[in-house]
Amino acid sequence: MTSRRAATRREVIGQLGAGALAAGGLLLAGGAARADVARAQKLLVELIGDRTPQEGKVRLDMPQIAENGQTVPLTAAVDSPMTADSYCKAIHVLADGNPEAGVCSFKFTPANGRAEFSTRMRLAQTQNVWAVAEMSDGSVWMTKTEVKVTIGGCGG
Amino acid sequence: MAEVKPRIKVPKTAKKGELVEIKTLVTHVMESGQRKDAEGKPIPRRIINRFTCELNGKPVCEMVLHPAISANPFISFFVKVEESGTFTFAWHDDDGSVHKAESRIEVTA
Repeated sequence: MTSRRAATRREVIGQLGAGALAAGGLLLAGGAARADVARAQKLLVELIGDRTPQEGKVRLDMPQIAENGQTVPLTAAVDSPMTADSYCKAIHVLADGNPEAGVCSFKFTPANGRAEFSTRMRLAQTQNVWAVAEMSDGSVWMTKTEVKVTIGGCGG
Repeated sequence: MAEVKPRIKVPKTAKKGELVEIKTLVTHVMESGQRKDAEGKPIPRRIINRFTCELNGKPVCEMVLHPAISANPFISFFVKVEESGTFTFAWHDDDGSVHKAESRIEVTA
């Protein structure tokens, strides 16, 4: 150590950081996004069984771009009568790019009068949010909307 | 942990058959279980996992919440009121406690 200058603390930390970034980059490139979609798909099957969702009826209102992924407003609604004979039983919200696919499930009764609810959710990254509606006649309807996130919201 | 405090906004009066909007918010960290503390140890999950609304003891609706719901969860929805009565709202915490709030609504013909 007399002839050569010892690495300073700052340099060591810098190199460690660069290594960690490289490892993180490799993980992301390794199909992490696909794994997330598969996770959401698996949860969807757990929620609705082998029924096939149809396009339409359910509406999901979210901003196209979220500046802060910590709290993103969402409104989900279904165009349906709310009578004892015919009503929307539940709307499930899923996210295909979060550490966990589930967001929330709202269960209605005819007493609600309108199949609509609002809440605020976390988005870890830019991703698709799915809204899946279950009707009293057993039919299932789905829509997806992409939200771009500039600052992530799950533990970052 | 700050105190868990529910806040609700329900009309005091309504006409029979009217669709009223109910807004609720509860102060809660909604700790996702994904975060780590300064020493790198995971912070245990603690969220509100279920919300329910009843009118005169009859279930109106409920919501199952996952860690993807933001801190201080806000939930709003509609109820078609047919009779006067008391709304009871309950937030079920991961730690087993249940936080409750009530609101009275007078329905006129």
